[in-house]
Amino acid sequence: MTTDQKALQPVEHNPLASMPHDTHGGTSNPVLGMILFITSEIMFFGGLFAAYFNLRANAPQWPPEEFAHTLKILPFVGPATILLITSSFTCQWAVWAIRRDDRTVFIRGMAITVILGIVFLLMQITDYAFLGSEGLTLASGQYGTTYYTLTGFHGAHVFGGVVMLSVILYRGMAGQFSGRHYDAVEGASLYWHFVDVVWILLFSLLYLLPGKG
Amino acid sequence: MATTTLAPTAPTYRTGLYSWLTTTDHKRIGILYVVNSFIFFFIGGTLALGVRSELAAPGLQLLTDATYNEFFTMHATFMIFLFVIPMLAGFANYVVPLQIGAPDMAFPRINALSFWMLPLGGILLLLGFVTGGTAAAGWTSYAPLSEDRPLAATGYGQDLWIMALVLIGTSSILGSINFLVTIFKMRAPGMTLFRMPILVWTVLVTSVLVLMATPVFTSVLIMLFIDRNYGGSFFQPPGGDPILYQNVFWFYSHPAVYVMILPAMGFVSEILPVFSRKPLFGYKAFVFATAAIGALGFSVWAHHMFTTGSVYLPFFSIMTFLIAVPTGVKMFNWVFTMWRGQLMLKTPLLFALGFLTMFLIGGINGAFSASVPVDFALHDTYWVVAHLHYVLFGGSVFGVMAAVYYWFPKMSGRMMNETLGKAQFVVMFVGFNMTFFPMHELGLLGMPRRIADYASSTGWQDLNIIATIGGFTIAASMLLFLWNVFLSLRSGAPAGDDPWEANTLEWATTSPPPAYNFDRLPEIRSERPLFDLRHGRTASH
Repeated sequence: MTTDQKALQPVEHNPLASMPHDTHGGTSNPVLGMILFITSEIMFFGGLFAAYFNLRANAPQWPPEEFAHTLKILPFVGPATILLITSSFTCQWAVWAIRRDDRTVFIRGMAITVILGIVFLLMQITDYAFLGSEGLTLASGQYGTTYYTLTGFHGAHVFGGVVMLSVILYRGMAGQFSGRHYDAVEGASLYWHFVDVVWILLFSLLYLLPGKG
Repeated sequence: MATTTLAPTAPTYRTGLYSWLTTTDHKRIGILYVVNSFIFFFIGGTLALGVRSELAAPGLQLLTDATYNEFFTMHATFMIFLFVIPMLAGFANYVVPLQIGAPDMAFPRINALSFWMLPLGGILLLLGFVTGGTAAAGWTSYAPLSEDRPLAATGYGQDLWIMALVLIGTSSILGSINFLVTIFKMRAPGMTLFRMPILVWTVLVTSVLVLMATPVFTSVLIMLFIDRNYGGSFFQPPGGDPILYQNVFWFYSHPAVYVMILPAMGFVSEILPVFSRKPLFGYKAFVFATAAIGALGFSVWAHHMFTTGSVYLPFFSIMTFLIAVPTGVKMFNWVFTMWRGQLMLKTPLLFALGFLTMFLIGGINGAFSASVPVDFALHDTYWVVAHLHYVLFGGSVFGVMAAVYYWFPKMSGRMMNETLGKAQFVVMFVGFNMTFFPMHELGLLGMPRRIADYASSTGWQDLNIIATIGGFTIAASMLLFLWNVFLSLRSGAPAGDDPWEANTLEWATTSPPPAYNFDRLPEIRSERPLFDLRHGRTASH
């Protein structure tokens, strides 16, 4: 082979070659990774929702007679919904702050978001306790199984989001984010918005959609 | 040996066990994937030999009914989830960043996490053997069979199976995110989407399938777990729906079939042009065919459920036939790549040819079952076993062997032994066809799958004996392979940077490449940058 004559130009002679790999512009690697991860999460909840609709369609009556009014007693589900939606806004407030390099507002917004997330979880636990005392459990037929599976996995995702945002808050207080470096904040906030949207769907499905039969 | 002046000069690797356990280098992780997958290939293969030995004669000689159920369940589970899928992901891990001229994957630590979930999942599955029985409801674990404790498993096997598969699924999902971000964001300057090597395209489509389908599988596994352990009733009558399980399960498991074949198609599409000394025929057609297979793959899942009577037969039948079209396009791509090429009959090409011929049979006997009336007769017979093994063994395993012989010189810096390689191909090819061709006939004779015993009056024994001998022949071919790997690692001829005079960027660096992959890259003006470099082609493609 006579490849020796075709030795390459050193990197510095080639303006393209000196370009770092991740500066093509557009979405950064961590944010793109998070968007793809959220895609997989949508498919996961898609599976659970599909099961819910299937079982609901097969049932002669939904909710079943003995649980016809069970979900209406919950005191906290309304306030919890409002808090979670509010937390999406406070989270985005924090993201906008860090984009313009305002760390004080960023930390403030993030702290409020984390607190709202924790309060949501406490409210959900309280609601679960009420439902348990009314006799609705995972084992009470398809209605209980789907209710607890859907809300339980959503709650687990809220918990995951709270952990994620707490790490962001901790790192923010340690001064690790600035107007030039906030990919992790963007990623975590996208995840939080996703968790919020899932709850809006769940809330409409479980509490607003009229029953049948 | 062609050497390029691109070879980096810096020292290559730190060595030692600790550096392997803690590595985030995509090449080492890729090798870990491959080695781990081969370990589970041998475990799964041993289970298959148990199944074949039991079926050699009527009556129960070797295994009990319960053990037999465990054997075929765990055979399929190991082969699908811990051999084929991670093996293909392993080669992709090694090759894709090199082929696109990247220094590593986008998320190296997540890459390591993806790998280490696999042996953990494997250990969970194996634990079933010592905790009172593994899962035994088949790899499909249809509910309510898999929820019925006395029938499905006496111990914790089924629950361990669920946990292991959730873990392995998470590994796949994280891996697919990593591949997608790497492919979209880490390509070297000049490497446009339509200059990417075909393997990168197949990995891209595969990753989309994994990303969209695997989480759905996770959801159905979790529903199964809730039903089994917390009194749930997703799939338990009254009110629960067994067909729901099948729908959600196959919504994942049919795209998973393409996850198990597309990267192998990528391997073959890398190997055929190199050993035919021609570019791939119809590059763009191949790319679009791959994307079409990926898209159609989501609309055919219920062809596994024709006999349930709960699915709309014409739709799923037509979609299944449709998927033969892009697959046929690829067959033409491969055949016309070789047409009038200067074929170099080395071991990688032999295995690639094995892939083409065997996968063709697997495609054709699959099209039979796509026809609803035929499927009603063939459903759950050995015909299906023959079909899936022609696709997954004749296709994926031959593709994997081709990839091993092709990239081993890059990974180790040494050539594999050609004589032993050709001997292995012949023994494996003969053994494979002895094992699985008679199963077509057995299926037509009405032998059902997943039975441990059959009456001697059925007349199935002769064909079963041939299949069993074939199974042990395959095992012998794998011993030849192990011997070849051992011999080549110890005293194989030095490979040089580019032993095959190949086209793609992984051959532009040393064998094995340094941790950072490249000191410098050639200009990328086509999907064959190394060919351009060797032959001075500068025209834009």
